[in-house]
Amino acid sequence: MPAKGWFIMLSLIVALLLNLIPLTGTARTLQPDFVALVMLYWYVNEPQRVGIGMAFWMGLLMDLSNASTFGQHALGYSVMAFMALIFNRRMGIFEGYKQAPQIGLVLLSGQIVTLLAGLFAGSPFPGWNFFLGSIVGMLLWPLLSAILRVPQKPWSASDAR
Amino acid sequence: MIEISPRFFRHSPSLLARTAFFVMLSLLLMALDSRSKYLGGVREIFSVIVYPLQKLAHVPMSMYDATSELFQHGEIAEENARLKQQHLVDKGQLLRLRALEAENTQLRKLLNATQRIENKATVAEILRVPHDPFNRKVLLDKGSMAGIESGQVVVDDMGVVGQVTRNYPLASEVTLLTDRDHSVPVQVVRNGLRSIISGTGREGVLELRYMAINTDIQEGDVLVTSGIDGIYPPGLPVAAVSQIERNPNYIFARIICTPASGVNQNRQLLILSTRAPRTGTPAEATKMKPRPQEARRQ
Repeated sequence: MPAKGWFIMLSLIVALLLNLIPLTGTARTLQPDFVALVMLYWYVNEPQRVGIGMAFWMGLLMDLSNASTFGQHALGYSVMAFMALIFNRRMGIFEGYKQAPQIGLVLLSGQIVTLLAGLFAGSPFPGWNFFLGSIVGMLLWPLLSAILRVPQKPWSASDAR
Repeated sequence: MIEISPRFFRHSPSLLARTAFFVMLSLLLMALDSRSKYLGGVREIFSVIVYPLQKLAHVPMSMYDATSELFQHGEIAEENARLKQQHLVDKGQLLRLRALEAENTQLRKLLNATQRIENKATVAEILRVPHDPFNRKVLLDKGSMAGIESGQVVVDDMGVVGQVTRNYPLASEVTLLTDRDHSVPVQVVRNGLRSIISGTGREGVLELRYMAINTDIQEGDVLVTSGIDGIYPPGLPVAAVSQIERNPNYIFARIICTPASGVNQNRQLLILSTRAPRTGTPAEATKMKPRPQEARRQ
């Protein structure tokens, strides 16, 4: 059963909300980029439903709520979407937690692109802690994809057979 | 999924082309945003979309505050007692300050100096500390609807926090002292030495640049705003000197300071609305002066 459009929208809005939660200290360093994670889920599992434009617009929203240079996250997200769509076929082979390392790789590349964009715009190097978010995101991937898969499953086990 | 993918590639431009398009668009936006102000309107529209989400994301925090208050009666009593004490102390100081203020106005009148205008302040709450290591900014929950303009100074109970740099209808963006592009004119309390303090982009690190090696400055010196820029009211604590490196190979000393304010510790900040008395430009001054001559001519 393919995912409904409204569910994709809702999941992205919830992810944005999770990103906007004002955290401080260690929790903030460890906070993964939920928007990127949810987006990657849709790019991996429903590539025909979502285009790269979605990543771009979500990136703009993130830029605004982060008060960063317009286009910085949009760039990172577009690159992540591109990578996810390329990896899409390979991902199909893996199940559940086995996808996590590749997702980690995509998240890391996205962060590196965002970082490079920031460095070119003149920001100082933020420190290696910056990449912790990607690692936490990678570890969260199996849980997240399990949650997002729930509405797509047939309601009863007998239907599944 | 695998069967569908080829069709997906057929009925639209290639994946690479589309990615390239959006990458170029992002780069263009970045260039536009950092070099010009054309995107202000776009930002405002987006901010209205994001604002409800930001408010909603803030709900758990406010709820946590409310519930933790419920369970902390003992602490509240203690805090109340402490605050009462503090209040007494402050009141005493305030009384002295009032007397000094009156004396000061009197003296200033005598000196015919420009009157310092009292500051009006708005309390605002930090809506969001961006999860972004690239810029040192916070978002406050008061915007142009509450009369906040960009350029206003933001302080907390311990010192200067930063300056409002963008205002949206319902929120405003504050650039912190530690932002790489932010500078404040300051003065050393001990000897009145004037300088400009700049952010470094790192948390809790400020720098006094271009100070000669033999400058009279010591570790522990307190820096306050000098007020000569007409934006920051004079006398607000800004930072304390924490480390000085005097290397004779360089002309300038490396002076590292720690900000006085604690942005990470409190959630409420004060936005000062300062309308500093405008000092006349030289052109105006010359316009004013010839009056006696005109009178003479008549």
